[in-house]
Amino acid sequence: MLIEYLKVFLVGGIICAIAQVFIDRTAMTGARILVSFVVAGVILTGIGVYQKVVDFGTSGATVPIVGFGYTLATATKEAVDKDGLLGALTGGLTGTAAGITAAVVFAFMWSLVFKSKQK
Amino acid sequence: MKDDYKKYVEDRAKRSPWLLNTLKAFCVGGLICCVGRAITDLYVQFGAELKTAQTLSTVTLIFLAGLITGIGWFSAMGKFAGAGTLVPITGFANAIASPAIENKTEGLIYGTCAKMFVIAGPVIVFGTLASSVYGVIYYIVEKVM
Repeated sequence: MLIEYLKVFLVGGIICAIAQVFIDRTAMTGARILVSFVVAGVILTGIGVYQKVVDFGTSGATVPIVGFGYTLATATKEAVDKDGLLGALTGGLTGTAAGITAAVVFAFMWSLVFKSKQK
Repeated sequence: MKDDYKKYVEDRAKRSPWLLNTLKAFCVGGLICCVGRAITDLYVQFGAELKTAQTLSTVTLIFLAGLITGIGWFSAMGKFAGAGTLVPITGFANAIASPAIENKTEGLIYGTCAKMFVIAGPVIVFGTLASSVYGVIYYIVEKVM
């Protein structure tokens, strides 16, 4: 049990540490990091590398935004297996629907609840 | 003058303690992932299937990150942890919730709803783009060849 959590901590920590090095040592902004890490997640999943990282680190690999790319790619693959080429258009957003919808719905909700801090 | 300033900025950048920043990002990022795992385990305990539990865990983290953004704690946490709070799904949730709240004064349509996607937009565009390209390549490699 504890060793499982240690693996989660290690994998998740390393992914965030890599991003921090990019932020500090290059001129990359937060938005660029998010975009690159999502695309990296799709590519790494496509070539079969990231599934191994997920098997080892579970939430440590899926909670970081790279995991968003992982979900996009695995859902696309499943959809192509099922529906053929159409799956390339339907798979990604189907797989990530819960995350995107939750982010939009909750953000809207919180924007009604909270007042702006700056103004 | 301009060169002086450039040199000053470069100097500052060099002296910024990037090793310490990396350590902080490592610890906070790792911790958030552990919270995600704990929430997943909790849902499994309640009888959810693993895949459902993982999705519910993501949704829960997004909910909490939005709440923490609204209270005003997220930016302070982000200043300390850097990529540690940015890279986990909490950063994506914050990137949507924060501009939605901060731009309320500009109105519902052009403020809250439009500004929601300032950062999330590019992420979703490039994500779906990459997954579509991958889908086409996968189709060609697996089904045609």
